[in-house]
Amino acid sequence: MSRIAARFEQLRDRGRTALIPFVTAGDPSAAVTVPLMHAMVAAGVDLIELGVPFSDPIADGPVIQRATERALAQGVSLDDVLDMVRQFREQDTETPVILMGYLNPIEVMGYETFAVAAHGAGLDGALIVDVPPEEGHTLVEMLKTQGLDLVYLLAPTSTESRIARIGAVASGFVYYVSVKGVTGAGNLDTAAVAEKVGLIKSLIRLPVGVGFGINNPETAASVARVADAVIVGSAIVSRIEALAATPELIPEAVAEFLTGLRQAIDEVDAHVA
Amino acid sequence: MSTSPDHLGLAGFDSAGAPHASSGAYNWPDAGGHFGPYGGMFVPETLMHPLEELRTAYERYMADPQFQAELDADLQDYVGRPSPLYHAERWSRELGGAQIFLKREDLNHTGAHKVNNTIGQALLARRMGKTRIIAETGAGQHGVASATVAARLGLECVVYMGEVDIARQEANVYRMRLLGARVVSVTSGSRTLKDALNEAMRDWVTNIDNTFYIIGTVAGPHPYPAMVRDFQAVIGREARAQMLARSGRLPDALVACVGGGSNAIGLFYPFIGDEGVAIYGVEAAGDGLQTGRHAAPLCAGRPGVLHGNRTYLMEDNHGQIVETHSISAGLDYPGVGPEHAWLKDSGRARYDSVTDDEALRAFHHLTRTEGIIPALESSHALAYVHKLAPTMRKDQTIIVNLSGRGDKDMHTVASHDGLVL
Repeated sequence: MSRIAARFEQLRDRGRTALIPFVTAGDPSAAVTVPLMHAMVAAGVDLIELGVPFSDPIADGPVIQRATERALAQGVSLDDVLDMVRQFREQDTETPVILMGYLNPIEVMGYETFAVAAHGAGLDGALIVDVPPEEGHTLVEMLKTQGLDLVYLLAPTSTESRIARIGAVASGFVYYVSVKGVTGAGNLDTAAVAEKVGLIKSLIRLPVGVGFGINNPETAASVARVADAVIVGSAIVSRIEALAATPELIPEAVAEFLTGLRQAIDEVDAHVA
Repeated sequence: MSTSPDHLGLAGFDSAGAPHASSGAYNWPDAGGHFGPYGGMFVPETLMHPLEELRTAYERYMADPQFQAELDADLQDYVGRPSPLYHAERWSRELGGAQIFLKREDLNHTGAHKVNNTIGQALLARRMGKTRIIAETGAGQHGVASATVAARLGLECVVYMGEVDIARQEANVYRMRLLGARVVSVTSGSRTLKDALNEAMRDWVTNIDNTFYIIGTVAGPHPYPAMVRDFQAVIGREARAQMLARSGRLPDALVACVGGGSNAIGLFYPFIGDEGVAIYGVEAAGDGLQTGRHAAPLCAGRPGVLHGNRTYLMEDNHGQIVETHSISAGLDYPGVGPEHAWLKDSGRARYDSVTDDEALRAFHHLTRTEGIIPALESSHALAYVHKLAPTMRKDQTIIVNLSGRGDKDMHTVASHDGLVL
């Protein structure tokens, strides 16, 4: 069983909803990322999504675009991101880590080289934003051979047949994009999310995470009522941006924000239990 | 550089049922929008169903006689088609080789081939019940062509344009605003065409319910490369018929400039099955391929994935897209339409490049020899003809796509000559 599957099984047994943070690797500098990952685990996150910087992030809003530009200005590459995962694994062998990014850096590295290097670094999976199942066959095979999960997105525009199709190829969990829009959009409609997540759960057996537009404890709590995982990105990245000039303060500030989200989610979990 | 399928991890690529270009019957793309290993649909999930709806509507209306009649009428009465095929006798005589024919897309309404596509896509948008159109633009020609058809059909129009391009194309920005479009300055990334395309994709994903995205070239996810090609193929269909009517035979060679590649594919496509017709695409070599300051992914790039499709790109060793350079803003793009990537690999077309200086010389030369001021983009094709024609016999013919007129480039050419207008 993959580290991701094991983690979700544990969480289900304990009646706990996962909290998944996203940060762009190397933002604002490469030295910040690994200590930040440990601080987030200490604050109670269950899985980490590490963004791989790409020059043309079409699915991202301004906050993550700027994070990407900060990381690229430091020259952070896919190799560097895998190195960060390797360093993280020196101290933490339990928290699953997935990469989130765009295909081209992997395309240039080569699918097989990437899969082997990712496995070697202790990575657990990847979510490649611009790879729908129609284009993912070869990548899935390469990752599977190395025991890595390929996490797929689902969207408000995904039809029932698409949801079922994605369920057949996804592994680890699926990531429901709660709004039509880019990362950091702030207009999440919790009733609509609940309805769509219900539909997804009736068609797919994997855990369902929900992200895009979750930026405070209240929204996190309302999503926790319907999803298996609450995914938060831009709200964290904007805190990192505010402290870019004093990076030593970043881990603690992010941990404090995540602790607030964790408490809100725990209250929902206790109530449901 | 390896371009083998293994490098791309394409071992599982399924091209069953799609005939090979070399087997005679050319029928690309396949059902998934692939041209060999190129093209496809590399987009976030939110766009997959909308792209499916677009493909369905496009296929339905391309087979609908009423839609076709409306499109043909607009192309005739609004755009001014058919565009002439002009025998540049004086220039041909001077070069001393093949007879050169100019396909006069510069005479279209709005001054370039771009309008052939925006007319088609805007009619499709209206049929699909969309009330808002968005577009990206580099030099501003596609933005103007989009704003033009939006004004005529009464559709809201938003054009995304890089901050850098806005500064160097003021006249076109004003033209778009006169036509009622909102021009949004894009300040992310390199602040040029590729970033404008990124921003348009972000708008589309956010406003998918009422918005139609008019992509200006044969790039983007399926069905755009095929759809834009089909709307531009009127260029090649006319040129083929005009040449046959005039000389009773097909041309010996075709030449067109290639940025994204829509004017080129528009001319080439109806001739792909005519094996005796040589096809040449001309990229922008900028300061020279060896300097790295160019916009020639087919000549000096390698395959990768950007803006929804797999194609040749200009990128660094880590897969980051790099900035391009060309004196011609319309060729200043780090990718190229996936069908060109396939025509290159399959050997059906040949791609070469000319520098800024060569294009400028051709610009001045045509202006003085034939009394036609060409766009700087088209001047790249002309510069290639300058090399090609003398190697051919006088009884042979070349059709070169004069894709746009040069009025928009007065400031660029003047400043290159040390003048301020």
